[in-house]
Amino acid sequence: MSRGPSTTRIALIYPELLGTYGDGGNAIVLARRLRWRGLRAEIVNVAAGSPVPEDCDIYLLGGGEDAPQVLAADGIRQNRAIARAVSGGAAVLAVCAGYQVIGESFPSGGEIHPGLHLVGIETRRSFAPPETPPPGRAVGDIVVEPDPRLGLPTLYGYENHAGRTRRLPGAGGVPLGTVQRGIGDGDGGTDGIIDGRVVGTYLHGPVLAQNPALADLLLSWVHGALPPLDGPPETVALREARRRALAVS
Amino acid sequence: MRTDPGVAFAAHCPRGTVESAMTTSFPRRFTTRTQAALAVERLAAEASRRLGRGSGEMIGGKLALRVAPGMLAEVGSQRRSACVSATNGKTTTTRLLARALGTLGPVASNSGGANMAAGVLAALSKPPFDAVAALEVDEIWLPKVAREITPQVVLLLNISRDQLDRSNETRRIAAMWRELGGELPDTTVVANVDDPLVAWAAAGWHRQVWVSAGQNWTADAMVCPQCARLLHRNDNGWWSECGLARPEPIVAVTGPRELRWYGRTIEAHLDLPGRVNLGNAAMAAAAAREFGVEVDAALAAMTGLGDVQGRYQEVVLGERGRRGRLLLAKNPAGWVEMMELLADAPPRPVVIDFNSQTADGRDPSWIWDVPFERLGGRQVLVTGERKEDMSVRLAYAEVPHSVHASAEDAALAANEKVVDVVANYTAFRDLLVRCSR
Repeated sequence: MSRGPSTTRIALIYPELLGTYGDGGNAIVLARRLRWRGLRAEIVNVAAGSPVPEDCDIYLLGGGEDAPQVLAADGIRQNRAIARAVSGGAAVLAVCAGYQVIGESFPSGGEIHPGLHLVGIETRRSFAPPETPPPGRAVGDIVVEPDPRLGLPTLYGYENHAGRTRRLPGAGGVPLGTVQRGIGDGDGGTDGIIDGRVVGTYLHGPVLAQNPALADLLLSWVHGALPPLDGPPETVALREARRRALAVS
Repeated sequence: MRTDPGVAFAAHCPRGTVESAMTTSFPRRFTTRTQAALAVERLAAEASRRLGRGSGEMIGGKLALRVAPGMLAEVGSQRRSACVSATNGKTTTTRLLARALGTLGPVASNSGGANMAAGVLAALSKPPFDAVAALEVDEIWLPKVAREITPQVVLLLNISRDQLDRSNETRRIAAMWRELGGELPDTTVVANVDDPLVAWAAAGWHRQVWVSAGQNWTADAMVCPQCARLLHRNDNGWWSECGLARPEPIVAVTGPRELRWYGRTIEAHLDLPGRVNLGNAAMAAAAAREFGVEVDAALAAMTGLGDVQGRYQEVVLGERGRRGRLLLAKNPAGWVEMMELLADAPPRPVVIDFNSQTADGRDPSWIWDVPFERLGGRQVLVTGERKEDMSVRLAYAEVPHSVHASAEDAALAANEKVVDVVANYTAFRDLLVRCSR
């Protein structure tokens, strides 16, 4: 079902703080994939510190460094705009630091900070017993086989994070997929979460550039059925190159 | 007992070779250990060069440091020296500074781009041992190197995101540099006021020469490094609510060929293209002034420099008389600089050669931070190990382009005989090797 009358509004949240790893590209991908279909799209740059607007259709949160991540979480928490928009049908894509922020809590500088409570996950430096040394940073190519119910092809990306994430007992949603290569959330062998229209993942790349089907899934949630769009062929070549380079079928 | 592989290496060499290397007279003030290490360094570098493994600076310096870990201080601290550090522009600025200091006499410099302790050591291990030194130093290595050699001047140009997979947070580098200043009471810092991270780092030093060298890329300097609040900016500079603000520069780039220099306006004509290199020259000239070089002499000496390790150089690309000007862009800030430089010249076809090896940063996501839309209207040709990633980026920027197996193939497919090639680190290095065969 369509929310907006004509233009899909894509909010890029605090790119100055959550834009260190190229995740702003997700906004470009979403907007272009609408325009290439003859649909209207607007990217709303929500500058750090300003109130998050409630009237957008898709909210994007990207990766960032530790101190900016805390600043971003504190800034977004000043209003409940994203939560209200989500209950009105908006979608969220949160990557890496952003993924940690949409959960219950995340670590930074030796402390635990509250998140946005949009999904039932929590992130810590480690979930192992205190006497075991914390795991190393998860850095490298990552391949995720999405939950079959999503009807998505294999997800390719790059991960770079110190935290480990888990779903809280009894929380809603399901993991985005099973990790074929890389670390993802950590011990459970999964990456990310998909709960209603909220998606979290550790995949940079940007994730929507490497995985256009995920972009179209988000767009279909807020726009309804989309006119068909092939490729672009460059994306087909990229996915084939990643498949070969990462030696997964 | 701890065995020292460096010593073992020397001992296994034919006796005569060691002695011939040892006969070079090292200054008496060096310890026996350092003198032995200098001989090891020279032998290993020579062996590496002969084996075709490169310039030999790295292996020689590494072995020497194992023989005599304290030798960097010994060969470095008893002479006048300057260290140049930054995310972008280190190599070029070091070359410009070496040219300016060359007006005074011999200069020791790691012109090969080996910029960690071993590379610096290699530059300082050649006679004359009292030569003034212009040293390029990696951002992370700067504190270690500077503590050892106590330079007279340190140049700090800029800090921005680079090699995302290394997670070298920009603020952490700035904090390291700031702390270093407190330990070097006799060192002057020449610092770029337009980069808030650099200005904050340099504010902790005992004496500053503030230079406005420009900043094309502000995305990594949005948050105050001191109080973590958002920075304010206007045409005159930047400031933070905590009081940190852009210092007033004594030297500034004020036009494409113009500097404000200690209260007067001077012209500067460089052979290196782009405003970014005028900024680098301003930094180098300000540093050279601290060594007693007049600005006119410094700029005159810099003028003859037309390429730096192949950068800005025009090379033959494959067959049929195709030629390419080689440009290096390792990160978003570097790409934005190259965009400005391309915009200054006639719109040639652009070949983008893009890899993601360890030295490039394994994560290619950063290309989405580069405004490739600005290449619209040019013929764009893509190659490199991650050409498909670049191709997708350009598709979403709606920049028509073609994809090729090599830069040479791309040049053949170009509409003009001369192209601009923008490559990142390993792509650039490999291309340069192929072109110099």
